[in-house]
Amino acid sequence: MPDSNPVIIESGGAGQPFNYAVGLHGSLFLQELRDNRRFMAVRCPRCGKVYIPPRRVCGACFVEMDDFVEVGPQGTIGTFTILRYAFIDPETGEQKPVPYGYGFIRLDGADTLFQHYIDIQDESKLVIGARVEPVFADARKGTVKDIEYFTIID
Amino acid sequence: MGKQRVAIVGTGQTYHKSHRPDVNGQELINEAVQAALADADLTIGQIDAIVIGNMDHFEGINYVDCWSVDGSGGVMKPIIKLTTGGTTGSTLAIGGYHMVASGLFDRVLVIGWEKNSESDTTGAITTAFDPVWDRLVFAGAISGLAAEAQAYMAKYGATDRDGARVSVRDRRHACNNPHTQLRKAVTIEEVLASPMLADPIHLLDVCPRTDGACAVIMAGERLAEKITATPDWIWATANRHTYTYLGDANFGRLDSMAAASREIYQKTGIREPAKEIGVIELYQPYSFAGIMWIEDLGLAEYGMGAEFIWSGATDMGGEIPINPSGGVIACNPIGATGLIRCAEAALQVMGKAGDRQVPDVDLALSTGFGGCFWSDILLHGRRKPDF
Repeated sequence: MPDSNPVIIESGGAGQPFNYAVGLHGSLFLQELRDNRRFMAVRCPRCGKVYIPPRRVCGACFVEMDDFVEVGPQGTIGTFTILRYAFIDPETGEQKPVPYGYGFIRLDGADTLFQHYIDIQDESKLVIGARVEPVFADARKGTVKDIEYFTIID
Repeated sequence: MGKQRVAIVGTGQTYHKSHRPDVNGQELINEAVQAALADADLTIGQIDAIVIGNMDHFEGINYVDCWSVDGSGGVMKPIIKLTTGGTTGSTLAIGGYHMVASGLFDRVLVIGWEKNSESDTTGAITTAFDPVWDRLVFAGAISGLAAEAQAYMAKYGATDRDGARVSVRDRRHACNNPHTQLRKAVTIEEVLASPMLADPIHLLDVCPRTDGACAVIMAGERLAEKITATPDWIWATANRHTYTYLGDANFGRLDSMAAASREIYQKTGIREPAKEIGVIELYQPYSFAGIMWIEDLGLAEYGMGAEFIWSGATDMGGEIPINPSGGVIACNPIGATGLIRCAEAALQVMGKAGDRQVPDVDLALSTGFGGCFWSDILLHGRRKPDF
């Protein structure tokens, strides 16, 4: 009979590290988030679209952008889902905290949507258009985790 | 248009399963290649070039074009790897078409494959998304799809039941397809009772994970008519990419498919796609897409997709059958899936689709979709195009 048990090859504690540069636009966003709890977006000089997170080039117009604008911190639910199936987050090695609210937030003043957790103590409140605001972490490091989640404002 | 017209002259697929522990990836590829060569009655020596791809992350082997030469038949041949996520299979078809249409190659073997069983699908898909901005909340391919469905439902009033009707259609169609993975019909009640993965998507609304390979042989017009009496002519192809960050998407409308389909229709003079196209193999990774994206394809007005589905127009025997093969909900070896849509459309045009044949197909559409909302489309035809 063939042996159906897989042979395990383990890398022990060795990881495969990556060091990503976020660029000047990304850096400005993360610094303002960390230091001042502000959301910085950028506006295209040609089409006027306000992008969050901010980036150097408006893809549709293919022009560079440096007109930074503050958006939010409040916003509305642009769209969402409630994630219910359990899976291991490959970024952390831990199971995701299901069920969780998965939000695409339209921060006031922004045209693109910002992804983050939405608190789902009351699932019936998760509707497109509901007003939300961020809950910030006390200790912030300059990542999107400086926001813990968004909560629905009645 | 290209320097020469192009036709598909043969196709081959494996018998797709959730798990093929009896073969490694190269051996799986070889099965599909041998089947395609047999279908076209060609030898590997008659193949001028190979276009091959999968979604690298799933097997974690990044030089599959080189790694697989024994299985693909590519030893000392020109090979190009194309890999574009979910659209890999359809991009491969378009790439193969480009190579022959250019006049530089006359017989190109196109191969798409995947052994999804060999890794953690969600973990692998995560690596397709931006590490700084997109991975915090991310839950795999279902993330954007559930959000898209929510946006559409809020705008147009569609429901779970509408999505479930699409699943029922495709799972019923799959019963006619000996190659597909899932060959058991489901009912609307079964779909709605299946576990909710991410609102509104239930387990039976989405595709399975599959090991499978597909191969398609494309030939230039002078040779195509000598190789087979029933070539499947490629009338037009179009694709549109988009992404940067997932929050940039226009949730609830597949803009890339709308733009690509307009290009196809304009190039070929199609004005009423639902009437003029005989069958569609739609890359539809979950049920609600079957409601929404047929609107972006111009088959129904915005907001009327559900009504079109419930009318039976897209069932076998209807005005424009969709997914006679059972589509992606019945079978999804990701790197092959888009190419399987192309091969199935070819089988329909060639009259080789067996129990899943739609009668008298003149024009067929095959599409590809990628999880950041980009689209590929190919238009196939029985008649040689005059452009």
